[in-house]
Amino acid sequence: MNVVSNKWIGQRTIRPDGADKVTGRAAYAADATMPGMIWGKILRSPHPHARIRSIDTSKAEALPGVKAVVTAKDIVDFPVDTPVPLGIQDMRWMCRNVMAREKALFHGHPVAAVAATTEEIAAEACRLIEVDYEVLPWVIEIEDAIRPDAPILHDFLRFEGRPSNIAGKLEHRLGDVEAGFAEADVVIERSFATRPVHQGYIEPHACLVSVAPDGKTTIWSSSQGQFMVRAMTSLLTGIPQSDIRAIPAEIGGGFGGKTIIYLEPVAVMLSKKSGRPVKMVMTREEVMRATGPTSASRSTVKIGARRDGRIVAAQGTFYLQAGALPGSPIRGAAGCAFAPYDIPNVHSVGYDVVSNRSKVAAYRAPGAPIGAYAVECVLDELAEALGMDPLELRLKNAARQGTKAAHGPVYPRIGFAETIEAALAHPHYKAPLGKRQGRGVACGFWFNAGGESSAQVNVTEDGNVVVTTGHPDIGGSRASIANITAELLGIDYRRVSVLIGDTATIGYSNLTGGSRVLFASATVVTQSVEKVITQLRERAAKIWGIDPDAVKWEDGQALPAGDNAGRFPPLTLKQLAAKASETGGPIGAGVQLNTTGAEGGFATHICDVEVDPELGIVRVVRYTAFQDAGRAIHPGYVEGQMQGGVAQGIGWALSEEYVYDRQGRVDNASFLDYRMPVCSDLPMIDTVIIEVPNPKHPQGVRGVGEVPIVPPLAAISNAVYNALGRRFYSLPMSPPKVLATLEGAAA
Amino acid sequence: MPQVTLTVNGKKHTVEVEPRTLLVELLRETLRLTGTHVGCDTSQCGACVVHVNGDSVKSCTTLAVMCDGAEVTTIEGLARPDGTLHPMQEAFREYHALQCGFCTPGMVMSAIDLVQKNPQGLSEEEIRHGLEGNLCRCTGYHNIVKAIAAAQEVMHGRRKELARAAE
Ligand code: FES
Ligand code: FES
Repeated sequence: MNVVSNKWIGQRTIRPDGADKVTGRAAYAADATMPGMIWGKILRSPHPHARIRSIDTSKAEALPGVKAVVTAKDIVDFPVDTPVPLGIQDMRWMCRNVMAREKALFHGHPVAAVAATTEEIAAEACRLIEVDYEVLPWVIEIEDAIRPDAPILHDFLRFEGRPSNIAGKLEHRLGDVEAGFAEADVVIERSFATRPVHQGYIEPHACLVSVAPDGKTTIWSSSQGQFMVRAMTSLLTGIPQSDIRAIPAEIGGGFGGKTIIYLEPVAVMLSKKSGRPVKMVMTREEVMRATGPTSASRSTVKIGARRDGRIVAAQGTFYLQAGALPGSPIRGAAGCAFAPYDIPNVHSVGYDVVSNRSKVAAYRAPGAPIGAYAVECVLDELAEALGMDPLELRLKNAARQGTKAAHGPVYPRIGFAETIEAALAHPHYKAPLGKRQGRGVACGFWFNAGGESSAQVNVTEDGNVVVTTGHPDIGGSRASIANITAELLGIDYRRVSVLIGDTATIGYSNLTGGSRVLFASATVVTQSVEKVITQLRERAAKIWGIDPDAVKWEDGQALPAGDNAGRFPPLTLKQLAAKASETGGPIGAGVQLNTTGAEGGFATHICDVEVDPELGIVRVVRYTAFQDAGRAIHPGYVEGQMQGGVAQGIGWALSEEYVYDRQGRVDNASFLDYRMPVCSDLPMIDTVIIEVPNPKHPQGVRGVGEVPIVPPLAAISNAVYNALGRRFYSLPMSPPKVLATLEGAAA
Repeated sequence: MPQVTLTVNGKKHTVEVEPRTLLVELLRETLRLTGTHVGCDTSQCGACVVHVNGDSVKSCTTLAVMCDGAEVTTIEGLARPDGTLHPMQEAFREYHALQCGFCTPGMVMSAIDLVQKNPQGLSEEEIRHGLEGNLCRCTGYHNIVKAIAAAQEVMHGRRKELARAAE
């Protein structure tokens, strides 16, 4: 790890894009416009499952104002028998998700699209498209989809030799669970269910696309990765990547839900056919119906411990609903579930189950909250059965340096135990509880990720610095990059401008997701700045006529490294920049890397709830989150990630869920009926950042964005149990469910 | 087509609108004031909040024709011409009360109205209730509440400058 003077790293600096975002200047995708622009609209399936016999677009095409109509015929087909993976997606499924091919697979599945001079005409034209559907039996819930007589979504999917809605299985094994359970004095086994919840970003998906007559294509869109947009759009439209320029608009939230595309290839084909720029903006209803929520789940977890509290065996089975096409986050559920603990015998299995609802997309620590919900609730019961404090039980079994995790790695230095110790010592843990209040704790883990990132660091002629990276800034990463650059160069952070390049101006950079951005981009920015500093020392050496090794860089200036080097007045960044052309030309450097060494992130949460037994309302009244951030480059945005993740977890636990009607249609596709937490639902969310530096990162960074959503589901459930003396085994613990349970208990 | 004359951020505009044109469409599409955002179809999220004659309204559910003769202020009209931010904007920036920033314009407009109508000062609970019509999915509202609490001190003249956010 670099020794840093910490002038800027760790400071709550003002974010570079702050002014733009408080004045309305920040440009989101829906804000873009072009001369001659027309509007695209999507016709969506009214059925959850139907064969598409034919589509007649002639009436729509004849409507005045309509400029183009697109169906699945216009999107490149990827045959189902040949996998074409791209990141966490597979183009076989992507091409069918973007536009229904053989069948419409969910209520809201795109079937055709129209571009017209106004949004109204486009919508009218969609109504004129005649689709001949053969309505098929459908299935939505996991328990129905895995029944032997369930309607089968895809006849090409086979599980254990038979047609099935189980699209895949993932298994982690460590030791021998049978033998482990035989050693246990106490064994607890419970089953749990969670409902699908939406990422809930406030900005609906939007894009503006222009295909020039020579085929050169420009895309402005809201995504978590312009390079993902380019790659997928290229594959789905047949336009080479070199002809596509994907420009990342400011992004209005994603939480994983914008690591996938819906509109871009459709807009490209509409633009190509019409010769006009095409803008598409989803309504909230479309977002809720047809963009990825996360999976519903059904899990069973069994944990056995000796009387002294040592866990000896753990087994988990996690069924996750993938939606219409394969790809639920079983890796997150089965992999993260037991990862915080040092357990000698583990068997963890995940099943990917397709059903007739929209295809899931990543949602903050995809799958991990589902696994942790089950495991952390069982641990609570285990602690009670053993007569142990629930945090002490977790501390006793906490994974540490050298622990072998069931999902593969042997941990290097990690800060998990520190988060538990901090929680144990925190005044919150001992604070008295009021009437009808209860306290719960839970822990969580996320893998974190490295991967490809690129950066370019240029010194301007007036001696300031421009840093370009390839990652959409979703939660303040620009501010952290400014802090690191300022720190390394020894200049004020306000002299660093941080930009996000498009696919034509910066090298390939993987998605903003998986809590990888700061880990990876800080690595490439650090290496780029180090190269720039080498150049600056060389330039000073040239001016002084001495060896570059005899020059050091300190506090934003070049200095002779020691008395032997000679005596020269320091040369500042500004002075060196002014002389750049005489001393060798522009000063700047770029680095492109596939970064590795992103180590896991751990958290421990304490939650207090108050239950209103008359109304069945559970309120979170106090919440404290403890998390190992490795190194908090900008504590304000580390805390922001923790607070935001907790708030989403509270929504998942208490109020959010998809509701389907008897026809298999989403019944609550609006913010009115899909209840995300509002300001008055939440308390202040206190945060305690623990810093156990990641030994494999120049500043010690660990990803911080995902972990905070992992513990809340169980922390809240455990708190509700503590308040009521009754356990809930399914989410959300919404007022009707709480009332029914309380009444059942009274009866 | 009906005509409406309205003053937006101090500038008078006369525009033709359809009877069903929404204020947000007029602002975003006709006047190209895209700082006012749209996040929903059911008047829930508050990303579209602007001031009409000094009151915060959801521009996604306000017809443009109803604003004939009105004074409209959008997020673009808050800062002084020299670029000095409104204390509420300054507070959101200083207190890290935004991540993606999409909810921010509506939050800032709602918060200003809330504070202006409550010169006696607002408690944390009152701020939370006053913001029920504005959704933020990124921040958990924590820093938003803090920013508003700090801004009200400056707006009501109880402090000259914004208290620095906690280090
Ligand atoms: S756009 Fe959501 S309330 Fe107006
Ligand atoms: S900052 Fe993203 S929605 Fe509020």
